[in-house]
Amino acid sequence: MSRIWAVATVVIKELYRRKDFYVLFVLTALLTLGALSVNFFDDPKIIRYVKDICLLLIWLSTLIIAIVTTARQIPAEKEDRTIFPLLAKPVSRGQVIAGKFLGCWLASGLALLVFYIFFVAVTGLREPHLMWGAYLKSMFLHWMMLAMVVGLTLLGSVIFTAVSANVTICLIAIFGILVVGEHLAKIAVRQAEPVRTITYTLFYCLPHLELFDVRAQVVNNQPLPGWLDCGLASLYAAAYTGVLLYAAWLLFRRRSLST
Amino acid sequence: MNEILQVENLRVEYPGGRLRQPAKIALHGLNLQVTQGEVFGFLGPNGAGKTTTMNVLLGFIPPTSGSAALFGIDVRQPIARQRIGYLPELTYYYKFLTAEELLRFYAKLFGLSRAETDLRIKKLMALVELEHAASRPIKSYSKGMRQRVGLAQALINNPDLLILDEPTSGLDPLGRMKVREIIQRLKDEGKTVFFSSHEMGEVETVCDHVAILHQGELKAAGVVADLVTQYRADNLEQVFLKIVGYQPQEVA
Ligand SMILES: Nc1ncnc2c1ncn2[C@@H]1O[C@H](COP(=O)(O)OP(=O)(O)OP(=O)(O)O)[C@@H](O)[C@H]1O
Ligand SMILES: [Mg+2]
Repeated sequence: MSRIWAVATVVIKELYRRKDFYVLFVLTALLTLGALSVNFFDDPKIIRYVKDICLLLIWLSTLIIAIVTTARQIPAEKEDRTIFPLLAKPVSRGQVIAGKFLGCWLASGLALLVFYIFFVAVTGLREPHLMWGAYLKSMFLHWMMLAMVVGLTLLGSVIFTAVSANVTICLIAIFGILVVGEHLAKIAVRQAEPVRTITYTLFYCLPHLELFDVRAQVVNNQPLPGWLDCGLASLYAAAYTGVLLYAAWLLFRRRSLST
Repeated sequence: MNEILQVENLRVEYPGGRLRQPAKIALHGLNLQVTQGEVFGFLGPNGAGKTTTMNVLLGFIPPTSGSAALFGIDVRQPIARQRIGYLPELTYYYKFLTAEELLRFYAKLFGLSRAETDLRIKKLMALVELEHAASRPIKSYSKGMRQRVGLAQALINNPDLLILDEPTSGLDPLGRMKVREIIQRLKDEGKTVFFSSHEMGEVETVCDHVAILHQGELKAAGVVADLVTQYRADNLEQVFLKIVGYQPQEVA
């Protein structure tokens, strides 16, 4: 475990020593504050729009941070040849995969936390009562969703050797899943046979990232799913991530890495 | 005798690539033994298979057939690497870390205690003369400095066996001298050093045993002086040239 943790800390260090995160954070902050400055009439509806925009930006930024950070891990290790001194130590390849996952997930979680603190400071504090429970749940679900995203991207980085190819493919796949994933069942009903089964299979096999999206409820101050449902959702996320990591390990385990 | 490094009938084929070219055979049934306390020079022309052998020893590539073991443990097990230090041929390390952070990270992978890590880092930074740059990110280092970081990381766990792939390449004469001194010191401490090199003079001064590889096959192995007599040569360089089939040409 300490080896996995050691690998993870290097990933986290890299994230905050690189500039990507700060750029995205400053961008999100500026856009949100810009939207907020429209608020001179103190119209209560405006705060809703601002919340909506801010949450959307947080979703986009954290997805980009999670995907870009994860996608480069294994390919960059190969490109910079740091994989060789790393694997020459008494670590197994499974520990490397686990450490990379943990590091990327925690790093995305850290970024998420910073974004949410900003979100609460900017919008939450303007509401009559601060909805701690709702924000906490929404952040928790978001973080669980990022686990699946990180797992998927890590698997991609073992399959595709070029960082840019992996980033592009993962971005398209994940945004695709978020946009059409939940509608696949509805689409399936209307299809003729071979396509129908394929669409249904896709519907059941793809990760249901959209289940973790509770932005609408947060924006409209509607009740969020209970903690029990959140727990079940995180079990689903954990199982899905486990399968993805297992697949990544299977591919990476016997991979020939020649200097 | 105490066999620290053992290679038996090792065969490595690299897949031929996309165009269905035949597989490239990098090693044909290599046999090699290194015993405790030896400084072993692993020689051969470019493309002979030296790096390939080391890649198998470190578990980077699986052998096509045959076996390799370190300290009697099959190289496929991570624990086989607990008591070794490795310096890759070309060294690049996490550029955003400082040398000290890098060493600390590797020390954690070996499971060293904090106190021991502090001690080792202090000693090694002095050994490779990088104390002044210890807290600067590695991206600001020169090539020779990186090579020295490489040497320091290879020694972090106080290994009993060192596997060094061309440790003096890219170093100036002073740097080479230092590396030779370090190898000598390790030998005096009873450590085993297995290294590849193209510098015959260097090999002659520090090694007690050598092996010469050519086109994936072991052509000669033994004590330097014995090889020189056996091949009726004046020095190791001539032995090497005879083995790889070099014929001096008439200059017109
Ligand atoms: N990844 C690879 N794919 C295909 N062939 C390879 C690969 N790596 C090495 N080879 C081939 O295997 C042979 C041995 O290469 P190796 O790198 O082991 O040589 P070397 O003795 O280390 O040479 P050098 O002194 O130049 O470092 C060479 O013919 C090389 O072309
Ligand atoms: Mg080589």
